[in-house]
Amino acid sequence: MKNKFLKGTLALALVAAFFSSCKPKDSNDVVSGDAAQKAYVAPGKYDEFYNFVSGGFSGQVSVYGLPSGRLLRVIPVFSADPQSGYGYNEETKPMLNTSNGFVPWDDQHHTELSQTNGEVDGRWLFANANNTPRIARVDLKTFTTKEIIELPNSAGNHSSPFITENTEYVVAGTRFSVPPDNVNGDVPINTYKQNFKGYLSFVKVGKEGEMDIAFQIAAPGVNFDLSHAGKGKSHGWFFFSCYNTEQANTLLEVNASQKDKDFIMAVNWKKAEEYIKAGKGKKVATKYVHNIYDEKTHTAKSETRNEVLVLDSKDFKDICYMIPCPKSPHGCDVDPTGEYIVGSGKLAALIPVFSFDKLQNAIKNKQFDGEYDGIPVIKYEAALHGEVQKPGLGPLHTEFDGKGNAYTTFFVSSEVVKWDIKSLKVLDRVPTYYSVGHLCIPGGDSKKPYGKYLIAYNKITKDRYLPTGPELAQSAQIFDISGDKMQLILDFPTIGEPHYAQAAPADLIRNNGQLKIYKIEENKHPYVTKGEKESKIVREGNKVHVYMTSIRSHFAPDNIEGIKLGDEVYFHVTNLEQDWDIPHGFAIKGADNGELLIMPGETCTLKWIPKKTGIFPFYCTDFCSALHQEMQGYARVSPAGSSVPLTFSIGTNLPAAK
Amino acid sequence: MLISCGDKSKSTDNSSKESTSEEATKTEAVDPSTYDPNRGLGKFTTVDLGDKLDVAMAKKGEEIQTVKCSSCHKLTDEKLVGPGWKGVTSRHKPEWIMNFITNPDPMIDKDPKLQAQLEICLMRMPNQSLSDDDARHVLEYMRQNDGVK
Ligand SMILES: [Cu+2]
Repeated sequence: MKNKFLKGTLALALVAAFFSSCKPKDSNDVVSGDAAQKAYVAPGKYDEFYNFVSGGFSGQVSVYGLPSGRLLRVIPVFSADPQSGYGYNEETKPMLNTSNGFVPWDDQHHTELSQTNGEVDGRWLFANANNTPRIARVDLKTFTTKEIIELPNSAGNHSSPFITENTEYVVAGTRFSVPPDNVNGDVPINTYKQNFKGYLSFVKVGKEGEMDIAFQIAAPGVNFDLSHAGKGKSHGWFFFSCYNTEQANTLLEVNASQKDKDFIMAVNWKKAEEYIKAGKGKKVATKYVHNIYDEKTHTAKSETRNEVLVLDSKDFKDICYMIPCPKSPHGCDVDPTGEYIVGSGKLAALIPVFSFDKLQNAIKNKQFDGEYDGIPVIKYEAALHGEVQKPGLGPLHTEFDGKGNAYTTFFVSSEVVKWDIKSLKVLDRVPTYYSVGHLCIPGGDSKKPYGKYLIAYNKITKDRYLPTGPELAQSAQIFDISGDKMQLILDFPTIGEPHYAQAAPADLIRNNGQLKIYKIEENKHPYVTKGEKESKIVREGNKVHVYMTSIRSHFAPDNIEGIKLGDEVYFHVTNLEQDWDIPHGFAIKGADNGELLIMPGETCTLKWIPKKTGIFPFYCTDFCSALHQEMQGYARVSPAGSSVPLTFSIGTNLPAAK
Repeated sequence: MLISCGDKSKSTDNSSKESTSEEATKTEAVDPSTYDPNRGLGKFTTVDLGDKLDVAMAKKGEEIQTVKCSSCHKLTDEKLVGPGWKGVTSRHKPEWIMNFITNPDPMIDKDPKLQAQLEICLMRMPNQSLSDDDARHVLEYMRQNDGVK
């Protein structure tokens, strides 16, 4: 929800409200005496939940413990990461390949845990890249990114990655409508209405988690914002919020707020699937890449695909329906029973709640209000369960506790409001610090929420922590929601800007086959060195391959001579350790690249092109033993055409040369 | 990491179940008076050695040694990172060796000989994740190295 323009709009539209309420007066006073106790996790004890938090413009996913708020890990996903070497070593560079070439950064907004029967299952985490549209799959056995798929015909992959209740599909709706990839996109921008289209991608997820774009739906040119799958009775449907149904192309804060209502688009994906099976999809030329990390070879491969199957929403009258939704809907959340769809009009002062049963009746009885770009528009009242009146200002997102309650964040009035889904009565409200965006209840978008904690992810943190210059860390706040009243128990700062987050019981993740080491016997890396006796150096033209091992506390080899200017040197370092949490690092002076951080039993490759002659020390970057500082070596670089032979050694105990 | 190694298994005293091997070492590590310096600490109580070398086992042991052991141990009596292997099978009982190479950290905390060794090498032997069979094969290779035929 990092929308500078949104903040602008709201400030314009609701100046008084924004400034009077943006910094809630009582946000410091709401902490009661036992808050610290409720968030306290003693040293050496584990947290109850893992919280997977989007990193926003950091491009990564961070993992926090709940309720302690401790940062446990940053998982590199869409941005190169100097700590782990992700995106720097040769093995992971292909993960950041796109049809635009190597893209070392993105903007990561939403995380989604895999589900089975509508319950969080702890296998994988999906994450979206907003800028250069991509979806990633993170394996929770290793907390590493295993797969990234690019999305064609898309721009601003915002309503993504939301999943169906058995992880059949991950979907992605484009935030920016753009001309499709197979036509000439060099058109005047003010031909938006004629030339721009909004594509929804349905990415199939296989047994091992492998992703594949099954089909896309070509939809009207609007801005798709967020999404959620139906569940239970509404399984088979997907709901996408869309704004800018005015189809404006400039100054959207004014021009996309003209209409009283925009839409939530309901998509019958089972129907779409039938049409695809019946051969109704059209193959359309495009170009996108699919990157997979192979756990056996410890190496990623990037493949280019050249076409995608498309269904045009105009051609199939029973796939897509538009439900009117008050001004600029943002969140689009489905309750645990699958019956209620909560739309949050971010410029509206009420929350509309739609009923799946009513929607089905409205479709059956053709209670339509004409069409929008060829798609039937349902009558607002026909699908409406009811509206939550005067809940607050700027509703954004809703999660559920599994006890019949919904919790909605209010960006403008900086609060979380608890309300009853059936009666639509407001039950409780707490101030947040402040301008809250997304929120998370563990399992809160599944059939089985763990309604114990609620975490609010705030956009602005003035005066909350020690000042750190012009920029401050964003803040998350944990509330205990086990009682009738929400209770603030902890603040914690986040990396980047958090958007959506998900959480799961810690036991579910750590007892799901969590990997502690890579077995050296199973290492199928093409440049693996299984034991020091296999370490060697091989010259192939101007390429020099160093087969190196690391173990506490030395590299083998640690003396390398015969490299020449013009050579490309590949350090393939295998970590021979087989004990948990003993990575070794590798860095060499002057490398215009990163370091390697090699896990036990893993092989990683650093590409180094020396620019000068001389002696270049290398060393281990990760403190590994009392003799860590001794874990080092030298590479000698000679001029091009020099006659220094390629040699390498370790501990030869030869007398020193004169 | 050096200092924390031994403490790690103790600090994982949590609500959730630990892996069985950690569980086992934890309970055994409780009472120092029960420590048997001849047997060491671990799952092996008796190891039957044949009179003669099992050549096939020793061969497998050698393969494991080149991947997991040779970086730190020479086959001679010369110290590298750790002590040389020459004579190790006469210095220690087979049970002690098998227990130590499969369960090094808890044994380093208890065993007087290992603690004396640590003062020389300043390096705790890493757990190289040897299976029971791996350990037996390595032991056989050590015997071969010590001249058993
Ligand atoms: Cu090291």
